[in-house]
Amino acid sequence: MEKLSVDQLKAKAKLVRRHIVEMTGAAASGHPGGSLSATDMLVALYFNLMDHNPQDPQWPDRDRLILSKGHASPALYAAMAEVGYFDPKTLKDFRSLGSPLQGHPDRRKLPGVEASTGSLGQGLSIGIGMALARRLDQKNYYTYVITSDGEMNEGQTWEAAAMAAHHKVDHLIAFLDYNKYQLDDSTKNICDMEPVVEKWKAFRWHTFEIDGHDIKQILNAVEKAKKVKGEPVMIISHTVKGKGVSFMEGNNAFHGVAPTADEVQKALKELV
Amino acid sequence: MERKMGKATRDAYGETLVEIGKINPNVIVLDADLSKSTKSVLFSEKFPERFINVGIQEANLVGVAVGLASCGKIPFISSFASFLVSKGFDQFRMGVAFSELNVKVIGSHGGITVGEDGASQMSIEDIALMTSLPGFVVMVPSDEVSARALVLETAKYVGPVYIRTGRPKAPLVHKAGTEFKIGKGVRIREGKDLTIIANGLEVFEALEAAERLADEGISASVIDMHTVKPLDTELVLEEAKRTGHILVAEEHQIWGGLGSAVATFLAKKHPCKMGFVAIQDTFAESGKGDELLEKYGLTYPHIIKAAKKLLGR
Repeated sequence: MEKLSVDQLKAKAKLVRRHIVEMTGAAASGHPGGSLSATDMLVALYFNLMDHNPQDPQWPDRDRLILSKGHASPALYAAMAEVGYFDPKTLKDFRSLGSPLQGHPDRRKLPGVEASTGSLGQGLSIGIGMALARRLDQKNYYTYVITSDGEMNEGQTWEAAAMAAHHKVDHLIAFLDYNKYQLDDSTKNICDMEPVVEKWKAFRWHTFEIDGHDIKQILNAVEKAKKVKGEPVMIISHTVKGKGVSFMEGNNAFHGVAPTADEVQKALKELV
Repeated sequence: MERKMGKATRDAYGETLVEIGKINPNVIVLDADLSKSTKSVLFSEKFPERFINVGIQEANLVGVAVGLASCGKIPFISSFASFLVSKGFDQFRMGVAFSELNVKVIGSHGGITVGEDGASQMSIEDIALMTSLPGFVVMVPSDEVSARALVLETAKYVGPVYIRTGRPKAPLVHKAGTEFKIGKGVRIREGKDLTIIANGLEVFEALEAAERLADEGISASVIDMHTVKPLDTELVLEEAKRTGHILVAEEHQIWGGLGSAVATFLAKKHPCKMGFVAIQDTFAESGKGDELLEKYGLTYPHIIKAAKKLLGR
């Protein structure tokens, strides 16, 4: 895969955000807020960082990506379509009957989706399994997991955290999409997980803390993360829910509610 | 008839796993800090590099197996049925069943014959839960012969499998060399008045009951229905047509076990008289395994009683 430059990645991120707004608008459902917050990480991964081949999604040596926060599927699908896994025209079928673009990612229906997610807390464990398979097979691929702040509420997250460190699992690089909101309200008001960085450090993960919308910081963190041996990596990425659309930014009303037709048009005018 | 005591089905599992490990380098075994009880410890001693002990965490155990399976490995994961099935259930639902991945799940210490450890350690609902997941094969071997054969079959089968093994030594009900196929029940005894369909330790109890019923002039078929799902409907139908009286015996909660599976099928295809020997919607308690089987209505005298009631004698 040709690796895009920072400027090209920024342009792709804008395009992906346009898709997210249009897809959720057309489906009149979905989770635009958390999709927009995860966009820059997904774009950096698919268009620069990952070694993968959209023409051969089962290539055994590929890097793997698990979207553990499966409700951000619009961002995943838009990035996958743009990078060549399928025709971007399919995006309009998001959430419709018979579509491979299920409400939450379904590995049986869409080649290239590495794990079926949508029940929070499971992605890190699956990533550990992939990273352990890599170690057994003496391959060099990396497994990436995108998890979220809300997901840290789940007990399984911490089972996985403890076990991965104990077994010195490396080649496992996770992003925490820390957009500070969950469905009902802010993470502060529902189940505050602070101090977040210290928690991951205490669980013996190698941590980085970045601005999750700064493409350069994302690329740098992953380059450093790839060099970490004997430890799993958590990149705590501070993000803004609804990033890129002024009236969605930090507005939790758009967690699981799609923009109206008017709002779609308004948003698209901003995303140029 | 005098029956020889065999090994526990969990021992047969552990020993067979070592044999499979020798043949198939893709088999990875995982446990959640109960390997000495589930007997996956035998594999860990032979193939330490292919054994992962995750610690006491069942949800992550299943998730890690899902990741391994998606990379072409064949994970066999074991823990107590009571903990593995309930604490790993959403992970079985999403990661294994819904994802259609090749994960083998072995829940040991199934049923109430766990004994002294008491109700918290006993799984009386595992079959109901695991059969509810689309695509899962669900089995309850009756003795070491069938356990060994079915674990070997499981390694060859591609897809999600759940096997319940037991803690106590199990009386031998099958001759060495008997053939077992996933989804094919085994008729151990042929009769004409009624058919007892059983699995696990209840196969032995059913055979004991059948012998005593014969002394009273009642002729009973005994089927080892080791696979609950997919159910051997052909055999069930054949027996229902032939004897017209079906009695199901299982070491499981009456809701959602083998009895429910057989009844659902027969209600549709060939309604006939049925009886059920199972745990009657209650939790058990501490005690010796055989005392518990007796107290909770699962020993052969209970089967005899149910058989006579079914036949109106």
